Amino acid sequence: MNRTVYLDNNATTKIADEVREAMMPFLTDLWGNPSSMHTFGGQVKKYVEAAREQVAALIGAADPQEITFTSCGSESDNLAIRGGAEAMDKPPHVITSKVEHAAVSGPCHYLEDRGFRLTKLDVDPLGRLDLDTLRREVKAGKTLTSIMWANNETGVIFPVGMIGEMVHEAGGVFHTDAVQAVGKIPMKVSNLPIDMLSLSGHKLHAPKGVGAIYIRRGTKVKPLILGGHQERGRRAGTENVPYIVGLGVACNLAGKHLHEENTRVKTLRDRLEQGILATCPGARVNGDPSCRLPNTTNISFDFIEGEAILLMLDDRGICASTGSACASGSLEPSHVLRAMNVAGVSVHGSIRFSLSTYNTDKDVDTVLTELPKVVKRLRELSPFVS
Amino acid sequence: MWDYTDKVNDHFKNPRNVGKIDHPDGTGEVGSLACGDALKLMFKLDDQGRIKEAKFQTFGCASAIASSSALTEMIIGKTLDEVEKITNKDIAEYLGGLPKQKVHCSVMGREALEAAIYNYRTGKKWDKAIEGDVVCHCFGVTDKEIERVARENNVQTLEELTNACKAGGGCGNCLPELQKIIDRVHGEQAASATPAKKPLTNLQRIHLIEDVIDREIRPALRQDGGDLELVDVDGNTVKVRFRGACSGCVVSAITLRDVVEARLKDNVSDEIRVEEVK
Repeated sequence: MNRTVYLDNNATTKIADEVREAMMPFLTDLWGNPSSMHTFGGQVKKYVEAAREQVAALIGAADPQEITFTSCGSESDNLAIRGGAEAMDKPPHVITSKVEHAAVSGPCHYLEDRGFRLTKLDVDPLGRLDLDTLRREVKAGKTLTSIMWANNETGVIFPVGMIGEMVHEAGGVFHTDAVQAVGKIPMKVSNLPIDMLSLSGHKLHAPKGVGAIYIRRGTKVKPLILGGHQERGRRAGTENVPYIVGLGVACNLAGKHLHEENTRVKTLRDRLEQGILATCPGARVNGDPSCRLPNTTNISFDFIEGEAILLMLDDRGICASTGSACASGSLEPSHVLRAMNVAGVSVHGSIRFSLSTYNTDKDVDTVLTELPKVVKRLRELSPFVS
Repeated sequence: MWDYTDKVNDHFKNPRNVGKIDHPDGTGEVGSLACGDALKLMFKLDDQGRIKEAKFQTFGCASAIASSSALTEMIIGKTLDEVEKITNKDIAEYLGGLPKQKVHCSVMGREALEAAIYNYRTGKKWDKAIEGDVVCHCFGVTDKEIERVARENNVQTLEELTNACKAGGGCGNCLPELQKIIDRVHGEQAASATPAKKPLTNLQRIHLIEDVIDREIRPALRQDGGDLELVDVDGNTVKVRFRGACSGCVVSAITLRDVVEARLKDNVSDEIRVEEVK
């Protein structure tokens, strides 16, 4: 097997050594329950609280108590949307976009099935949100609006500050799924009109199985998991101490790497993207190039199919992902690319490369050597080319 | 991650008989860019009527490429009478099996073979319409094809049918029709008694139209992120507005006629005409 070139960091990330090491004491000696009265258990509580401060610091929350630990980003999204809607005085009009992760669209449809009015906003061909419709719709009644901060497939960043203002002016509640944005772009939620924000550990070099939600002081949320006082009653269940500690350290690291993410990693991404466009004819970038995460590029290749590209890259040790229908087992290509009206010749042939601070120039070189060969080979096979 | 067999991986990474034949005896082209896979198959016969050369070009995933490659190996050296007996299951078995969601790749192979034989025998280009009426408009699958696939693969459920030939994998509007075909193939044609149509008052008619839209039309559109709004009812003219994914969908005109109007005709009155308000 070749050396693995991992360019699928929007799917999951490597666990940072610092994170793993920080977790180890809680998997060995410090296994107590933070709710215990005795010293042995109770002593771990301060580590949970330190992690809460680290998460709050990364996103710029005013008060660590605004952070609630969950099991994953999806749980955070469910809590915000289901718990948020149910806590409002009367059933809100739910507004979301057509390009959300399933962890957001799933609970939104769940509410719709239960009689809530649901509006899903369009995006334009560059993946930018239809703000005019949003401006109109937020005024139609009290809303719970859930719009992602950055798109997982294209990296396109939505103007959450502007969105939040519109929602707040009309008296609504605003949640943002920031799973892809946290740790990649700087943010200070205390200065933004955001009521709730979801984040996930394994997207920023913590392990899978831990996430968090920011709930601004004063925002009402009904818990999904009942039966305990933990997390100030917002999420019952004994705290997942090792993973929470890991998430805290990962947030701390992400804060330190933020500058590098937006300089070195961004430069790598740009070099990768420009190199692909220069060496592979019929390649085009999906998503607004002027407002994207620094680590993500989504490129479509005309007349060839994404799963085939992906598996040929895999054979060469390169990990990426595709919005192709065939790879997901469904027959329809990515809902994000369809919402953007990506051309029929290329909608089935999209590949996403997502980088992290662990990527190197050598990784980019490998892709730029191998990918053109893969594209050329598949084009030779395609009835639409020759 | 797909659990492809070694043979699928081998045929994907080292496909046999890729390319085109000059002056082929038969050419079959199936699938399209929009559907996500397509196959062009060509063959040439020898003096004894055996296939001496077969070549393919495929746009599609690993199993589509592997199925095409396998098919060419399976047909070279055989007579047309022999290869006509090849089913999609034979192709899948030749590859040591395909994941169930990928069975349609083997069906595409068999279809291309059929199309190429048709082209050889008639000199004409094969067209889906030759063999029946299109039921699934998203993927252009005809009733005859669906019946054949259901029979050859012992299809029991809609999901199995979609895996085998893609029918029903798009907007989902045809699912009720597909279920009927499955039932028919099982010899259990559902005796669906059509409700007696008696004259309706205006109000009853509007209520019924709303009800049919809510119960039969909207759920199908929603499966694909679309929706429909009833704008007005004027005599037998029903005015609707597409919303969500349906608005601006390239097949919305077909959806309007074959889904919205067809359902309302079935359930309300044959006189109903549906107009789209933009």
